[in-house]
Formats: sequence, structure tokens, C-alpha cells
Amino acid sequence: MTPATLIPIPYTWILSLSAVLFVIGTIGVLLRRNGIAIFLSLEIMLNSANLAFVAFALEFAARRGVAVALTGQLFVFFIIGIAAAEAAVGLALFIALHRLKETIDVDRFNILRW
Amino acid sequence: MWAEIIVTLIKLAVVIGVLFTTVPIMVWVERRGSALIQDRLGPNRVGPWGLLQPVVDAVKLLTKENLIPDGVNRFFYVLAPAIALVVALSTFIVIPFGSDPGLKLFGHAIDGFIVAPGLNLGILYIFAIASFGVYSIVLAGWSSDNKYALMGGIRSSAQMISYELAMTVAVVGVLMSTSSFRLDSIVLAQTGTWWGFLPRWNVFPQIIGAITFIVAVFAETNRLPFDLPEAEAELVAGYHTEYSSMKFASFFMSEYINMVTSSALIVILFFGGWTLPGVAAPSGWIGAILTVVVFSLKVAFFLWFFVWVRWTLPRFRFDQLMGLGWKVMVPLSVLNFVWVGAAMALRIL
Amino acid sequence: MVTYVFLVAALLAVVFSLVTIAHRSPVVNVLSLAIVFFALSAIYAMVGMDFLAAIQLIVYAGAVLVLFLFVIMLLNIRSVERLGSGRPLQAALGAAAAIAIGVAIILVIARQSPSFGSLLPDTGKGTAYSIGRALMTTHLFPFEFVSVLLLAALVGALVLARKEER
Repeated sequence: MTPATLIPIPYTWILSLSAVLFVIGTIGVLLRRNGIAIFLSLEIMLNSANLAFVAFALEFAARRGVAVALTGQLFVFFIIGIAAAEAAVGLALFIALHRLKETIDVDRFNILRW
Repeated sequence: MWAEIIVTLIKLAVVIGVLFTTVPIMVWVERRGSALIQDRLGPNRVGPWGLLQPVVDAVKLLTKENLIPDGVNRFFYVLAPAIALVVALSTFIVIPFGSDPGLKLFGHAIDGFIVAPGLNLGILYIFAIASFGVYSIVLAGWSSDNKYALMGGIRSSAQMISYELAMTVAVVGVLMSTSSFRLDSIVLAQTGTWWGFLPRWNVFPQIIGAITFIVAVFAETNRLPFDLPEAEAELVAGYHTEYSSMKFASFFMSEYINMVTSSALIVILFFGGWTLPGVAAPSGWIGAILTVVVFSLKVAFFLWFFVWVRWTLPRFRFDQLMGLGWKVMVPLSVLNFVWVGAAMALRIL
Repeated sequence: MVTYVFLVAALLAVVFSLVTIAHRSPVVNVLSLAIVFFALSAIYAMVGMDFLAAIQLIVYAGAVLVLFLFVIMLLNIRSVERLGSGRPLQAALGAAAAIAIGVAIILVIARQSPSFGSLLPDTGKGTAYSIGRALMTTHLFPFEFVSVLLLAALVGALVLARKEER
């Protein structure tokens, strides 16, 4: 019986990578004016959340001594699906907005301002 | 560990070598085959029966001036054919070319004629890598600074992502009946016969899925009748209008390698891979080589089928193409999926 | 060996996500995000979640980003500005706040002590089998709900992007 292979990556490394990516995504959302770029930074943030789930699933499985932690992976699966749906609707919104104002500079969408 | 690396490298080298020699053969088959179908002689001046024509073509493409037009976005212009070629070549590492005779080379078990035998994902890996192929087309069309190229690129990528869906659902039927993603398990599940004479190939119980998959694979590789993106009469040359010499050769090669991958997938998923009905594979190196020969003959038949269909059918218009993909192919493949599920529940399959 | 591959993948992810948020051309942003997704998919595969790695590539890198590319090309979206242009004070404050949050999170993480898990030998099925079973038995409701959600997104996107009838 072949012995199990060790995963030599501690979950804290994956979690730190997730934190770094989250910060980068947040800076992108806060600082950019191009609508598409804001959307892409949002996708980075969603992916950092996925990484966090994967890291915790890894640790959960390691503490229980099982090979795979299902709940974490299922969470990531659903997040990927929902992010795809959100991207579709968000891009459709951008198309509609572009048709209205010929620009996607989010600073120009200020019609609702008092 | 070194034995494993060397064995994998040998397998990789053999596969890539075979692929790069298949491309000139396919070029010759395409030109002579089209001539045969159109009742004319094909190339017959260079070598007997024009057999050296692909060599001459390759020399021409290599020595042509490597032109980069003025207004293109240089980075993406050069990146697009590179992506196309890398994606086309990367899909081959999970395709089983022959049986696993349990042989050893340099003390390491060869594990069958697959480059990556341990990959449990199998066909999902092929789908993941092939979904990157859309990028090469979109980037080629967009970076070319040419409205025909952009239209060709957008149309082609829209066509590819639409037919990817039908292709995937058609394959799910096969995956359900085999309960595995691995291509060698899918081949092994198709050994034997029903009632003594009908081979246990997946095409017979899942004929709708097979037809859907074959049509979808024609659309994925941008071959006629789905080649409006490269239509010579309508769009100059579609997304590779502005490409010449080696970059065009990369697109050309990647199209033929995609054809080989698609034929290999059709054979493995629906036509039994390297198995022959009623004949068990003999053991040892001879048996393994024989199974590779059987596989190659089946793939060669489907490559000829690709060429045959190209020069027989007229081209679809783009709206007809998209309507076919979404309104006919997807429902048909879902129907196949439901049929396979019902058959498995009733224990027919 | 796996550790080095992880470090390379992490480095790629960080560098190219910086390119994603900072570069002015939208197409370069999308393509660097594709590389980030590739690196993340590699990380998922390294910890034994192979099905997730494939799904990440097929759905995220292969479909969602192509959608982004289509929209950018069809609307002919040019770059609008550089990072944080026009409002330097707010930009600095926002970046500082984000970095402060990040540092706080990393400080908390650094206090944990990880236990090392292992991958059981290859059963020939991979994680797809377990995920599929779970989706059909214990997590059936979210699975069906996500399919309804995707249908709603499909219809919504069609309605929003449709040209208005005159």
C-alpha cells in the first residue's frame, strides 16, 4: 500500500496569499474609474475569498485526518458559479450604460446625485 | 524519480514528433482529397503524386518575409498564434494511444501509451485547456487593426463558446455510462460485444450524443461547414487575415493539430479507442504496437471524414450557425443526457 | 519541490493582479487576470482539489474572461485614466485603509500553527466523485437553487443588453 503523500504547504501561506490578493483587489476597486477595471478587481476579491475557503478546507481535512474536505470545495464551486452569473449581469449593465452615455467612466454616472 | 522523468520526456517527444509529422501528411491529404472530390488533379508536380508538396509549402512559409503591419498591437499580434499552438499541443497528454501492457522502461513502469497516466481529470483537462483556445482567436482578430479580422475573430469565438456547451453535454452521457473522467477507463469500458457481434462502442447506445459531439467538434475546430470565420469569399481570411509566414503557419498547424485531437476524442469516446471487438490485445510490446496501429487507423478514418465533409457541404451563414448551436445542438445533447440517465436507472446500460 | 511551485504560483498571482489593477489598457488587465486564475488553479491542484482547478479554468478563465473581452472589444472601451488619477488624497487614504486591513489580517494569520494534511493515494476517482455525490445528496438544494439563479442571470443579461424596440 503506497503511503499517503504529504502536502507540504501550510494553510497559513495560502491564507496570506488570499489576504494580499484581497488588498490588491480592494485597492483596484477603490482607485480605478474604468468600470471594467473595477469589475476585474472585484473578481480578484472573489478569488481571494475562494483561496481562503480552500485554505480552511485544507486545514479542516488535516485536523480531522481525512483526505478531502468537501464543504470547503463545495463553497468554492458555488462561488464560482455565482461569480459567473454576476459577471454576466454586470457586463450587461455596462453595455446598457454605455449605450446611454457613451462612456463607462463611473465618475460620470452622477444623475442620481442631489 | 529520474527514470520517471526520462520516460515521460520520451513519451512527450514521441507524441510531439508524431503530431508535427501528421500536419504535413494532412496538408497533402487535404489537397489531394479535395482534388479527388472535385474531379480534378491535385498537386502532382513536386514528387510522386505531389507527396513533397507539404515540404515545399513549409519551405515557402519559412522563407517568406516576416511582416508585422503598422497599426497592430504588437504584443498580442505575436502572442495569439503562440497561444493557439501551445493550446493545441497541450491537449495530447491525456490521450491513450494504445493499451497498457505493463511494460517497464529503465525500471519505471510505462503505464500505457499516455503521457500523463496519473491525471484523474482526463477529459476535463482537455476542456480546460481547449477553452483557452478562444483567446488566440479573439486576440488575433482584435490586434490586427482590420475590421474584417475583428469581425472574423468575434464570430469565431462566439461560435466556439456556443458549441463548447453542446460538446460538453454530449460528452457527459459517455462520462455517466463510464463513471470516470479518465480516457483510458472510457476506452476499456468499450471492450467486448453485445450479442456476439455488435461492438460495445458508445456510438450505438448514444447515437444522438455521438452525432452532436461530431458536429460540435467540427464547429470547435472551425472546419467547414462552420468555417465562416475563415471564409475565403466573405471575410478575406477572417481572424488570420493580417498574418503571414511563420505566424500564419502556427495558426495553420494549430488547426490541423486540433483536428487530430478532435478525431482522437471522437474515436476514444464513441468508437472504442484502441479496442477491436472480439479481439483481446496480445501482450508485450507487439500487442501494444498493434493497439496503437488500430487507434491510428481509426483516427485516420476520422481525419479523412473531416476532409470529406469540408469539400462536400456548403458553408453555414452565421445566424444559421448560431441558431443550430443553441436551438438544436444543446437540446439534442440534453436529450441524450436524459436518455443515458434513464437507461442507466433502468439498468439497460 | 511542491513548495517551490507554490511560491512561483503565488508570486505570479500577486504580480499579475497588480498588473490587472494598474495597467491602463483593459485588454491587458483581462489577460493578466487570466494568468492570475491560472496560478490559482495551479494552487488548487497542488492541495489535491483537482476538480476545482479544472472548474476554475473552464468557467472563470475560459468563459467569464472571454465575456469580458467581448464586451471590451465590442464597446471599443479605451483606457480612461491611470490608477487614482484626479484625486490623490482619497486615493492615498483608500490605499492606506486597504493595506492596514491586509496587515491586520496577516498579523492574525501569523499566530496560527498549521497542521500538515496529506493526500491519500490515488483511488482513480479524484475529488469529482465526492463532489458530485455531495451535490446530489446533501447539497441538493443549493445546487438546484444555483441553476435557477443562473437562469435568472441569463434572462436578466438578455433583457438588459437588448436594443430597445422603437
